[in-house]
Amino acid sequence: MDRRKFIKTGTVAAAGSMVLPSFLHAYDNIKISGDMNSYLDHFGVSTEVIRKVIAEGMSKGGHYADLFFEHKISNSISLEDGKVNKAYSNVDFGVGIRVLKGDQTGFAYSETVDTVSMINAARMAANIADSPRDFKQGDVTEKLPANYYKISRKWESVSVEDRIPFVQKINDKIFSLDEKVSKVKASLSDESGYILFYNSEGLLSYDYRPMVSLRVVCTMQKGDQIENSYSARSFRTGFEWLNEDVMDELAKEAIDKTNILFDATKPKAGEMPVVLGAGGSGILLHEAIGHTFEADFNRKGTSIFSDKMGKKVAESFINIIDDGTLEYNRGSINIDDEGNEVKKTYLVKDGILNSYIHDRISAKHYGVDPTGNGRRQSFRHIPLPRMRATYMENGPHSREELFENVEYGVYVDNFSNGQVNIGAGDFTFFVKSGYLIEKGKLTDPIKDINIIGNGPQALADISMAANDYKTDEGTWTCGKNGQSVPVSLGLPSVLVKKLTVGGTS
Amino acid sequence: MTKEEKYKLAKWAVQYAIENGANEAKAGVYESQSSSIEVREKKIDKLEQSAQSALRISLYVNNKYSVHSTNRLNNKVELERLIKEAITGTRFLAEDEYRTLPEADLYFDGDYKDLKNFDSDFLAIDPQEKIDIAFNAEKEVLGKDDRIISVTASYYDGMSSSVMVCSNGFEGDTANTYYGVNVMVSVKGGDARPESYWNESSIYFKDLKTKGIGEIALKRGLDKIGQSKIESNEMPMIVENRVVGQSLSPLISALSGSAIQQKNSFLIDKIGEKIGSDILTIVDDPFIVSGYGSKMFDGEGLNLKKRSIIENGILKSYYIDTYYAKKLNMSPTSGATSNIIFKPGTKDLKEMVSALDRGILVTGFNGGNTNGTTGDFSYGIEGFLIEDGKIVKPVSEMNITGNIIDLYMNLVEAGNDVYDKSPWRLPSLRFNNVDFSGL
Repeated sequence: MDRRKFIKTGTVAAAGSMVLPSFLHAYDNIKISGDMNSYLDHFGVSTEVIRKVIAEGMSKGGHYADLFFEHKISNSISLEDGKVNKAYSNVDFGVGIRVLKGDQTGFAYSETVDTVSMINAARMAANIADSPRDFKQGDVTEKLPANYYKISRKWESVSVEDRIPFVQKINDKIFSLDEKVSKVKASLSDESGYILFYNSEGLLSYDYRPMVSLRVVCTMQKGDQIENSYSARSFRTGFEWLNEDVMDELAKEAIDKTNILFDATKPKAGEMPVVLGAGGSGILLHEAIGHTFEADFNRKGTSIFSDKMGKKVAESFINIIDDGTLEYNRGSINIDDEGNEVKKTYLVKDGILNSYIHDRISAKHYGVDPTGNGRRQSFRHIPLPRMRATYMENGPHSREELFENVEYGVYVDNFSNGQVNIGAGDFTFFVKSGYLIEKGKLTDPIKDINIIGNGPQALADISMAANDYKTDEGTWTCGKNGQSVPVSLGLPSVLVKKLTVGGTS
Repeated sequence: MTKEEKYKLAKWAVQYAIENGANEAKAGVYESQSSSIEVREKKIDKLEQSAQSALRISLYVNNKYSVHSTNRLNNKVELERLIKEAITGTRFLAEDEYRTLPEADLYFDGDYKDLKNFDSDFLAIDPQEKIDIAFNAEKEVLGKDDRIISVTASYYDGMSSSVMVCSNGFEGDTANTYYGVNVMVSVKGGDARPESYWNESSIYFKDLKTKGIGEIALKRGLDKIGQSKIESNEMPMIVENRVVGQSLSPLISALSGSAIQQKNSFLIDKIGEKIGSDILTIVDDPFIVSGYGSKMFDGEGLNLKKRSIIENGILKSYYIDTYYAKKLNMSPTSGATSNIIFKPGTKDLKEMVSALDRGILVTGFNGGNTNGTTGDFSYGIEGFLIEDGKIVKPVSEMNITGNIIDLYMNLVEAGNDVYDKSPWRLPSLRFNNVDFSGL
């Protein structure tokens, strides 16, 4: 099945009010594809209707308006105490209507897409402006989205019965690997999102966004000591992704991550060198610089990087990218949530701050092209500049070289969460497990410590980067202003000269 | 939708589920609306309006369980299909004998008290008055100090209502309103641009405090200029009331029935045992008039009561819903917190600081986590170094690390400065012997 084909199935046909045939005939001259028509039909709207709504949004003098239609179908099944015994589903449907005037935003949404409701929401959003002028709406121009997540079996065509064996298998596999296992929790979640987008520049586009997440928590007991750990995978892909190899990989990973905790202790507290292992350590980029590179903070002057564009911020071998184009990646999008083309953006190139993360507002403010980072949690939310997949390219060193000169420090590669204060630049991430480094060698395992640092300082303090790049394929979710979006991250192993490590004083 | 329309839809959904093969069902209909006005540089920066609704239905089909929700409430045909297909899908799940609705005699009996958490004037407030509140809050700060980089002031409000119906006899409804003003100030000091915010909120519009917010936010932002870390040390810590929740939430999470049953709690088998100092006394009281967490029944419809959770450091009660109560062979309490009340002391924050020879006053947390199974924690903090009872410098980029039970065994004082604009009504707390990591 070619992803571009929009196939209606029983489970997703939206029986909204259908457009009268005469409307379509009246606009025969608008050249739009069969796929585009399918999305219009799916949402029960026509080009005439959405043009009317945009006209209402622009009626008070805004410089731009857009409509973001979304229909999201989510499913989850979960296992507890050895049985797949719980299922959830959610259907979310509506349109967000936004009007911009300079840096100013008016926003409202509607959960029904009848003309009256949408016109009312557009009128509300239009109030951000107050100097009516004639808006001359141009022609509708269809923009074909990119195709970063090709899919062969859509989640809507998969029944509960089809999903269950995979969750059961991962439970059984984990129990078979180690007799210390006392509990397993596992869940399989999937999502299908249908997007229709139209704006006052006449741009009409669409996207189909799949997502699958497989999560497992393994609890083990040794004597009276209980430990647990978590493993997950998440991709923009279909049911075809699930297979025996994924189960085996995840089960083994969960067991290994939990076993290490039984012998783990706390390091000494204080400032020390930290080797961040390839993959999940990309959380360093996400927290230390990613958020502070989001251009809404920079245009308001509140980010610690506000005055550092074009300046050297890291060693010359450091290249850091925010990328929405990686195939099947959790952070990828075919088109961003305000209709912009999605790009691979060098935030830092050859150690120099090269680009902020832009949405439409900040790009206009700075006079640059949008980077395709305008993202939103749903149609109920305004777009903001947000990260997608944030990673560093390989560096000139080998992994072994990173340890050689560390007299005492920590090696970390398993994380659960992070946070940053945008203005002060202080960032943290929580280390679920890692190792001490003593005299250039990994020694005792460590666990449950927060590491804190300052963004610009930590970036400048990356003194070595290895050539072992890895993307972390877990269920990373980024929060900002109350909105959550799926993201991804990656890193080659790096040595940071010093960070402040939680521990015993 | 009116309350009656919500009940009609919820009852229809339950009945339709039963007619199509469910043994039992529960349906809830939820509705909310909110607005916000954010101003910056003397202009409205963001104007947002929202209204949403949803139906959520829980199905019990031959000891199999699933939950489904949708916001497509105006489409009966689609709702019918959703319920039918959900029942079909549920049949493939594994049987789970513990999945049942609560016993009918445990339900709230319909004897509503007026908890005063709904402002009937919500829809009558002039939008211009809301806009003026935001602009006036911003005005308090603009031009007051050369070090100001950015000021954002916002007004927000919301109203929500719900009904819930269970096939074995429960009916209940809720309605709530809230209003708030928030000011965020970003200031320049050296390379860093620390920011701080202050917030006021209320349940009734007439009670909303609208003045002084910007002034406090600015002062707190300026106080952060020059933040740095100090040497690693073990010393006393005072946690300010508005952020105490961060240190308490690992304790509350460990009391949940699911964490206990899944062996993911450091408080397993600890009822009746001492888990903190004598200062640690917590009560869950659902019936405080105008309490932010007040309610007559929980998410299952269970009748609520005031409960002692921890008394003089001794653990008294868990938060156990019907499902985990059956698995644990215990009686259900409630799976959800309502108003959490921490027994206060006699001193205000200033007096607590004055009594400290050396320690850190924590005014904010930065990331970190707690291992729910062991209670080990590590959090980023910011705040102020106190010496000889005086604040001497702002600190940041430091961690506190330890174990939650050890932390609360070292709880030596609670303040009298309870912050009551939150479901968790908490005073400032002082802990001794906290491991701080810095230089």
